Amino acid sequence: MGLRNLVDKIKPTFSEGGKLGFLHSTFEGFETFLFVPNTTTSKGAHIRDCNDIKRVMIVVVVALLPALLFGMYNIGYQAGIEGILPAFWFGFLKMLPMIIVSYVTGLAIEFAFAQKRKHEINEGFLVSGLLIPMVMPISVPLWIVALSTAFAVIIGKEVFGGTGMNVFNPALLARAFAFFAYTPQMSGESVWYAADGKTGATALEQLSTTGGMEWSAMDAFIGLIPGSVGETSTLAILIGAAILLFTGVASWRIMLSVFVGGLAFGYLFDVVGLTEFPAYYHLLVGGFAFGAVFMATDPVTSAQTNAGKWIYGLMVGALAVLIRVVNPAYPEGMMLSILFMNALAPLIDYFVVERNIARRKKLIKNVK
Amino acid sequence: MSKNIKLCKGLDIKLAGKAEAVVENAPMAKSYAVSPLDYENVTPKLLVKVGDKVEVGTALFFDKKDPRILFTSPVSGVVSAINRGEKRKLLNVAIEPDQTQVVKELKVVDAKADRSAIVEMLLESGLWTRIVERPYGVIANPDAEPKAIFVSAFDSAPLAPDYNFVLQNDKAAVEAGLAVLARLTNGKVHLSARKGDEGYMSEVKGVEYHTFSGKHPVGNVGVQIHHIDRIAKGDVVWTVNIQDVALIGRFVTTGKLDMTKVIAVAGSEAQKPCYKRIIAGAAVESIVGKVDAKVRIISGDVLTGVKTAHDGYISAGANMLSLIPEGDVYELLGWAMPRFHRFSVSRAYFSWLCPKKEYKLDTNLNGGERPFVVTGLYENYLPMDVYVAYLLKAILVKDLDKMENLGIYEVLPEDLALCEFVDPSKIEMQQIVRDGINLMIKES
Repeated sequence: MGLRNLVDKIKPTFSEGGKLGFLHSTFEGFETFLFVPNTTTSKGAHIRDCNDIKRVMIVVVVALLPALLFGMYNIGYQAGIEGILPAFWFGFLKMLPMIIVSYVTGLAIEFAFAQKRKHEINEGFLVSGLLIPMVMPISVPLWIVALSTAFAVIIGKEVFGGTGMNVFNPALLARAFAFFAYTPQMSGESVWYAADGKTGATALEQLSTTGGMEWSAMDAFIGLIPGSVGETSTLAILIGAAILLFTGVASWRIMLSVFVGGLAFGYLFDVVGLTEFPAYYHLLVGGFAFGAVFMATDPVTSAQTNAGKWIYGLMVGALAVLIRVVNPAYPEGMMLSILFMNALAPLIDYFVVERNIARRKKLIKNVK
Repeated sequence: MSKNIKLCKGLDIKLAGKAEAVVENAPMAKSYAVSPLDYENVTPKLLVKVGDKVEVGTALFFDKKDPRILFTSPVSGVVSAINRGEKRKLLNVAIEPDQTQVVKELKVVDAKADRSAIVEMLLESGLWTRIVERPYGVIANPDAEPKAIFVSAFDSAPLAPDYNFVLQNDKAAVEAGLAVLARLTNGKVHLSARKGDEGYMSEVKGVEYHTFSGKHPVGNVGVQIHHIDRIAKGDVVWTVNIQDVALIGRFVTTGKLDMTKVIAVAGSEAQKPCYKRIIAGAAVESIVGKVDAKVRIISGDVLTGVKTAHDGYISAGANMLSLIPEGDVYELLGWAMPRFHRFSVSRAYFSWLCPKKEYKLDTNLNGGERPFVVTGLYENYLPMDVYVAYLLKAILVKDLDKMENLGIYEVLPEDLALCEFVDPSKIEMQQIVRDGINLMIKES
C-alpha cells in the first residue's frame, strides 16, 4: 500500500532520536488516525474487542451531525434567508470558521500537552471541539471561541491530567467561561442572529419573562427558534440520542433520568403556579435537550456507577428547571446545572461505592 | 440439590476452530518441561542437575518459602536442560523422556486416611501444586484450613474443552479425587456443573452440587464462589481444576502417578481442531505439528492463556492450546470502517447483526491504550458485586485498604479477562490485578 510505505518511510524522522523526534506524539496521532496500529497483545487477553476510543468518539460526532446540520440551516432561516439550501449554505459559511477555530485551538493545545507528556493524543477533543461552537450563539466573535476553547482545554482538562481525568465537561466549561467573561457578546437580543440588525429574545427568555413564547411547541420541537447553534432542534437532538443509545455509547440511565427530573420539576412548578406553561416546554427550549443528550452523558464527568447515574441525572434535570424558574436573572439553567452536578458526581459515586464496601464488610460479620 | 444459579452478565465470544470431539494420542514429545513460572509467587530451589536420571514423580525443585511443596517430573528420563533467563531466573527444567516410562514408588493412601497423611501424599507426588488458594490464586498453604473447596466441572471460555467429553471415562477417578479433597476441609466441597450439560457430575456423592447457567465467565470458579459462598476478609478457600481432580483420583486409585491428560487443540489456525491425549508439560511441537510463523500459540484459552511458541511447552495448568493468527498488520482507517470481519460487543460495529457468526479474531490490540473513559461497561462482563474501575484504580494507586474494601480477595486476573477484552481503552486489567495481588502478598 502506497500510503503505508510513505508513512513507514517518514516514521524514523519523527521517532525518538530522529530529526523531528520532538513531534513524536503528533506524528503518532496522525499515524493512528490513518492506520489502526499493528500493536499486538502482549499480556492479558490475546484477543480484543475491535472497539476503541476513536470509534466511541466518532460515534458521538456522528450523533451530533443532525443537530449541527439543522443548526446550520436554522442560522440562515433565522437570518431571513429564503429556501432550504441557501439558508443552509449561509449558515454553513457562518458556522465553519467557528468549528475550525475551535478545533485548531483545542487540538494545538492537546498536541502540545501530549508532546510534553510523551503521551498518545487522546481523541476526546474530537467531540469537545465540535460541541463548543454548537453551544455558542452564532454571532460570537471568533476570538472568544478561541479563548474559551483554550480555557476549557487547559484549565478544564489538561491541568487535571488530560482526557479521562477532568472534573468538568470541557465544552460546557468553554461556554460558561465565555458567558461570564464576555457577557455582552454572549447574551442580549442580537447575538442569536447572524444577520445585522435582527434582534429578538429566545424562546427561553420569553418564557422566563412573559410566561409564553411567540413560537408554537411544534416549532420549538423542530427547532425553528433562535438559540445556540446546536441546541434549538429537539428533533435533531433526539435523532442523535437514538444513535448514542443504540450504540450504547451514552448511558440511557442518565439521559432518561435528566428528562424525568426536568419534567417532574417543571410539572411541580406548573402545579404550584410558579410557571404558566406546560412542563414539557422546558424540554423543548434552551439547551435542555442538548445538555441532557450530549453533555450530561459525558462518561468522564458524570457519575460512574449505575445507581449514581440515576441520582445524577435526576438532579441535573431538576436543578436545570429550578434555576430557570427561580432565578429570573439567568434563564438558562442547564449549563450551570450540569457543571454543578459534574462537581457533585464523585460524591454521589462515593456513597454508592461505600454501600458496596459495606456489603462486603457485612460478610466478615456473618462468619464471626 | 440446590437450585440453579443463573447469571445474566457475561459474554460468549464465538470463535472459529472449535475442537472436534475426537481424541488423538499425541506422540511422545522429544522434551517435557516443568516451570515455576506456571505458578504464582514461587521461588524455586533446584533439586536436580543436567544429566540426572528422573522418574515420573521425582522432585525437580521446591518452593523456598515452603520446602514441602515439590514440583515433580511428569515423565521419566534425563534432565536435558535447566533453562534460565535474566538474573539467572529459573525458566524451566527440561527432561528428555525414556522410551519406557518408569514411575517412582510413592506412598499412596486412600481417602479414609488421616488428613495429614493425605496432605503428605499430595505434597510428595507434586499434585499438591494443583491446589489453588484464594485469595490470591497461589499454591495452597498445607497448614491452612480452607473454609471450603470449590471445583468447577466446566469451562466457559472461548473454545474451551468440554470436560464432560474429556473425562467421560474417568468418573471413578473424579469421584475418588473429590473424596480426597473432602478430607482436606472441614467445610464443604462444592462442585458446579453447567445446567443442561451436567454429564455424570450430578451423580457424584459427598459434594455440595450446584448448577449454573449463563455466559462466560460463568465457568470461572471465582465467579461461582461469589454466588455460592463469597470470600470475606480472612477467609481461605481452595479450588482445583476438574481435570486435576481426576489426576489426583487416578493417583489414589491406581497407586501410580500418571500425568496423562486430554487437552483441546483449537482455534482458527489449528490444522485440525480436536482433542489430544498428552502428558503434562509436553513440548508444543509434539502436540500441534507444523505451525505457520504468523500464528500465536497460547497455552490456555485466548482470554487468560500464556503466549508460548512452537519450541515452547504447554503450561502445567493448561487444558488447551489455542492457535490464532497474529494481528501485527496495519488497518487503513480501521476505526472508521464497518469492519464486518471483526467482533465487538458495541453496536458501534455490526457484529450484533450476525450473532451466530464464528469469528477468526487475531491478536491485534485494535487501538491504543487510553485512560479510563467509558463507564458502566465493565460491570456487565463481571457477574460479581465488584466495581471494576474503582478496584483497578485502587490498585493503580497502591491503596491496600481500598483494594481490600473493593474486593481484591474475590478476584483473580482471569475473572477480569472479559472486561479487558471489551475495554475500548485497552487497559491491561489482568496485569493490574496481578500486580495488585502481588502487592497484597508482599505487604501481608
